[in-house]
Amino acid sequence: MRRPVAVRVVGPVQWIVIPALITVAVTIVLGTPVELFGLSLPEPVIPMVLAFAWPLIRPSVVAPLVLTGLGLGLDVFTYGPLGLWALSLLGIYAVVLASRSFLIGQDTAVLFVWYAACCGLAFLLVYLVRMIIDKNAASLLAMFGQVIPTLLLFPFANQMIERFDDGDVRFR
Amino acid sequence: MAFRDGPFENIKVPLVWTAAVAVVAAAVGCVLLLISDARAQTSPYQPVRSGVEAVAGPVGGVLAAPVRWFGHASDFVGGYFFAVSENRRLKRQLADLEPWRDQAIALKNVNARYEAMLGIRPEPPVAMQTARSISDTRGPFSNARLIDAGSSKGIKVGNPVINEQGLVGRVVGTSGNVSRVVLLTDVASRTPVLVDRTDARALLTGDGSPNPRLEFIRGVGAVQAGDRILSSGDGGGFPRGVPIGVAAKGIDGSWRVKLFSDRGAIDYVRVMLFEDFSQLIGSDDLNAPPLTAFGTLPEATAAQTGAIADSAARRDATRARNEQSRSDNARADAAEAARPRPATPPAQPEPRPAAETRPPAAEAPPPAEGTE
Repeated sequence: MRRPVAVRVVGPVQWIVIPALITVAVTIVLGTPVELFGLSLPEPVIPMVLAFAWPLIRPSVVAPLVLTGLGLGLDVFTYGPLGLWALSLLGIYAVVLASRSFLIGQDTAVLFVWYAACCGLAFLLVYLVRMIIDKNAASLLAMFGQVIPTLLLFPFANQMIERFDDGDVRFR
Repeated sequence: MAFRDGPFENIKVPLVWTAAVAVVAAAVGCVLLLISDARAQTSPYQPVRSGVEAVAGPVGGVLAAPVRWFGHASDFVGGYFFAVSENRRLKRQLADLEPWRDQAIALKNVNARYEAMLGIRPEPPVAMQTARSISDTRGPFSNARLIDAGSSKGIKVGNPVINEQGLVGRVVGTSGNVSRVVLLTDVASRTPVLVDRTDARALLTGDGSPNPRLEFIRGVGAVQAGDRILSSGDGGGFPRGVPIGVAAKGIDGSWRVKLFSDRGAIDYVRVMLFEDFSQLIGSDDLNAPPLTAFGTLPEATAAQTGAIADSAARRDATRARNEQSRSDNARADAAEAARPRPATPPAQPEPRPAAETRPPAAEAPPPAEGTE
């Protein structure tokens, strides 16, 4: 008789709710008006990490809805048009979900290239929509100042994927 | 029994498709939100925004508190070690500023005389409300701050916000105790400005960078590097003359403004409770029907009645004197025209000294007397 194997079931609280709350908290902390040596804190778009990692961990109905909530919160927090950041995050989620079968098991470098491409796509979407709404183009230099810190968050996305990817054997 | 041998073995969860459906549904909702929010003149979701900001504001204030304490501590230590050098610097600065102070006093005096002579009504003093910045959003698409003063302190949407250096931005949303300030660098910010040296008008347009652009500059060569940029007050959104920054050429060739407000941290700010030109006169007065004020005038006193009667009598006397003079002149002209002229021209009169040459009395203009 075979011995029973302990099954570790990772629920949405572990891989959706807690990371989402951490994201909200860090976003608020980085919004603190601090200047050290004339430089203010970086302000990356942290939910992009989740938008990239969640569809790779496993497809879910809850994740896009939480992502929408995070995006709307970001819109309110940054006083942008309501729905813009949510739409861009959902764009990342959709692209990664569509290419999930290709990306699963890929090397970290490949994942980073995809992460950078997805972030670039999302920023381009936001840039164009804001250009239409405000009738004014944002500074590209200023945009790079937000894109680069966002790209530097890739290790967190990679860590999430490695931690939760095989967390539930039903999705192996 | 192994997990794979259990009842989950044959389950095929169509999660990818259900997730895709969720994504599409959420995206459609976002697009609808975006269209409804972007096309409205003011956001229809302002109450939601105000509610979130009312919650996020105190949280930001709590997070900012330790940072502020650390800043105060470092200022204290720095002040202790650099007191001598700072004292010397301040003495130099004081010596430089004393002539400017004297000039400012003299110019203020002259300006007040001019205003009195020309009958200019100066802008009334603007009330201020001090607040502290508790949250900050940066980046290319948003440059805004939350401050810890709201509608309970009289702050309204549109109020200009300054710090000790110059203009910072304007209020775009208020709740009870928190207000949202859009900075001059925000991509949606437009501020009418003037160039102090040439009085040329331009529009200060934020683009997410630290130095906003100067657009629609009127006149050729109206701006030079180093020109001081002030708010023009056009449109009534800002009072005229609030210092904004110094003009500089950007690396892309466009004119940009180095903001005065960036010279120090935007920590404590002052909200100018200035609305628009209607503040100069009450809106009720502007909207009142004509001649309404006559019904509210008090009865004239005996002294006022006497002064009015005296003024009217003087005016009538002046008018009668002028008319008499005019009719006398007309009679003299008619008599001159009716007099018979000789057939031969008279002999040339001997030239008289210039001092004796006088115009005939009839051609003299009537004296300017009194006001009618």
